[in-house]
Amino acid sequence: MSLSHYIYLATILFSIGAVTVLLRRNAIIVFMGVELMLNATNLAFVTFARVHGTLDGQVIALFVMVVAAAEVVVGLAIIMAIFRARRSASVDSANLMKL
Amino acid sequence: MHTLTNGLGAYAGPVALAGEGPVTAVTASGITAYAWLLVALPALGAAILLVGGKRTNAFGPLLATLLSWGSFVVGLLVVISMAGRADADRAAHLHLFSWINVGSFNLDAGQRLDPLSMAFVLLITFVGSLIHVYSLGYMKDDPDKRKFFAYLNLFVAAMLLLVTADSYLLLYVGWEGVGLASWLLIGFWNDNPAYATAANKAFIANRVGDLGLSVAIMIMFFQFGHVDFASVDAGAANASPGALTAMGLFLLLGACGKSAQFPLQSWLGDAMAGPTPVSALIHAATMVTAGVYLVVRSHAIFEGSPTAQLVVVIVGAITLLFGAVVGCAKDDMKKALAASTMSQIGYMMLAAGLGPVGYVFAIFHLLTHGFFKAGMFLGAGSVMHGMNDQVNMRRFGGLRTVMTITWATFMMGWLAILGVPPFAGYWSKDKIIEAAFIGEGWRPWVFGLAALIGAGITAFYMSRLFFMTFHGKKRWTEDIHHPHESPLTMTIPMMVLAFGSVVLGAILGFGQTSLLQSWLNPVFGITAGTEGEPVLPANLLLGLTLVLVLAGAGLAWVRYVRDVVPEIAPHGNLVTQAARNDLYQDAVNEGALMRPGIHLTRSLVFTDTRGIDGAASGLGALVIGASTRLRKLQNGYVRSYALTMLAGVVIILGAVWVMQ
Repeated sequence: MSLSHYIYLATILFSIGAVTVLLRRNAIIVFMGVELMLNATNLAFVTFARVHGTLDGQVIALFVMVVAAAEVVVGLAIIMAIFRARRSASVDSANLMKL
Repeated sequence: MHTLTNGLGAYAGPVALAGEGPVTAVTASGITAYAWLLVALPALGAAILLVGGKRTNAFGPLLATLLSWGSFVVGLLVVISMAGRADADRAAHLHLFSWINVGSFNLDAGQRLDPLSMAFVLLITFVGSLIHVYSLGYMKDDPDKRKFFAYLNLFVAAMLLLVTADSYLLLYVGWEGVGLASWLLIGFWNDNPAYATAANKAFIANRVGDLGLSVAIMIMFFQFGHVDFASVDAGAANASPGALTAMGLFLLLGACGKSAQFPLQSWLGDAMAGPTPVSALIHAATMVTAGVYLVVRSHAIFEGSPTAQLVVVIVGAITLLFGAVVGCAKDDMKKALAASTMSQIGYMMLAAGLGPVGYVFAIFHLLTHGFFKAGMFLGAGSVMHGMNDQVNMRRFGGLRTVMTITWATFMMGWLAILGVPPFAGYWSKDKIIEAAFIGEGWRPWVFGLAALIGAGITAFYMSRLFFMTFHGKKRWTEDIHHPHESPLTMTIPMMVLAFGSVVLGAILGFGQTSLLQSWLNPVFGITAGTEGEPVLPANLLLGLTLVLVLAGAGLAWVRYVRDVVPEIAPHGNLVTQAARNDLYQDAVNEGALMRPGIHLTRSLVFTDTRGIDGAASGLGALVIGASTRLRKLQNGYVRSYALTMLAGVVIILGAVWVMQ
């Protein structure tokens, strides 16, 4: 199995994540899309590490996981705060910055 | 030479001006040192009458007249003392005060009292004073009589300043002064809007000419660094022909404006809106001849530029025919006389442009014309005075019996302008025609024939005017019952001027080297016997002129004495209609200058509102519009921001990819 198939899979996963972020209104689902995109890039990093035979990509993937874990904490906290304030988890209802 | 003047500038007394030109000006002494009174007396009169206001109503007009006569007496005394000196010492220079002292430019105000300026001084003060006397009668019942005399005095002062100034800049002061007086007096009855418009028209047309004069003075300053006559005359000898031509042409433009010469002639006819004494003094005898004075005074410049001289002659020839043709069709007595003035000044310009052969005759004709034309204008005023201010000659006729003095004096002027021997015009105009025939190639034929034909047309229109007014059947309007002769205050000046019209030519022009020639020749550095021979024998020319004059007068007699003059002007052929409309000069001015000017200003306004303002406000509108549209992007939806970010990333990646 060629390594390029991993890249295809990563691309497909990233696209699914991006479309999820763009199309879904529920903040939790959007958040899941973001996680999917992060993991798709992780897959791409690991694959390229394998291709080049270096450890750089794997190191960065580990960093991404750590940062994503931290981000999930902050992001879920924000979502909870918005849900409490507006009784809704829809991202479209949080449009206070609109003129 | 100029440094000498400046070096002595601190010396309080009159300063000698040593000249390298034809004339050496001596220090003014004796009575000549009081020549400033020439200008000061009438200026004082104007000041008293204008500042004094109504308190001077009673004695003002008389005072103004006396001061004008006083000016004449001063002029006469100066001339007598001048005549007592040898030819070379006649020109005197009177230093008045240090006028402009800026950096390296020093200009003193002074008077140049040479035979040329004194000839003008005598004409202006004598005719001017006679017209003051005449106005005492003519304006007797006018409520603003005092103002009228104040303006007349102002005019005389400005005109005397013009002709006695010793520099172009001081001449310019007088030049503007007479323009102001002319404007004030044309619009004297300015409660009539048409008269006020006529005054403005004269002023604006003169402004075009004045611009030419001021540009000429600027070129002089640029070329020579000085603007006084002595320095300019000396500098002209070494100046480049191009600069002299430029100076000459701009001086001519100034002369054309003031003297109503083609193409700035349109204002003179309308200027007849002023009271008739004004027409006689300013618009016939003196102010309109200032252009001739300017050209003759600047002879050093014109002699250095044959091109400019040729243009002067061409302008003179065109104007003399133009005025003559217009004069043939005018039914308004004063406007016919105005056209005649224009034509006669055309003769003077032509003579002035011919060079040394013509200068003396230009001045000679100017002097005689000043007498007979002023006399005829006063006659016209006398006719109007007796005929309820009627000016339409078709409603005159048969006035010979009721206004005998006016008729007789007018006849002297008429015979003089026709050039019938031995009346004044014969001596001066005939000499100009003769001088116009001197030269080589095509010029003597073209200009000589123009002058000759002009004499014939002049005879026709002046006879037409004379016959329509004083002879034939009575065609008076119903409101006129008893036309009457004018009072003595009016008729005596007319008689004096008529006397001048008879004898002045013979006095000044008789003999091989006439009195006027020997008087003026030193000014121009002409030695006797330098004139050329005309291309046709002088006797033949004289004969031809007389035949043409007789033919013109005869034709006028047939049409306006023998035949009945219609009271309503007949429709006339195309030429008549064109001449009645001043050969469409107003239409030409309107089409060539006024309309394009209006379009120019309108397009400038359009460019300003649409272009300049449009650019500024358009920029603002563009920013507002763009920001309104950009604002819509800020919709507050997180998803659309995310899309923008994604699109941005894709574009950047795509760009990087393409670059690689």
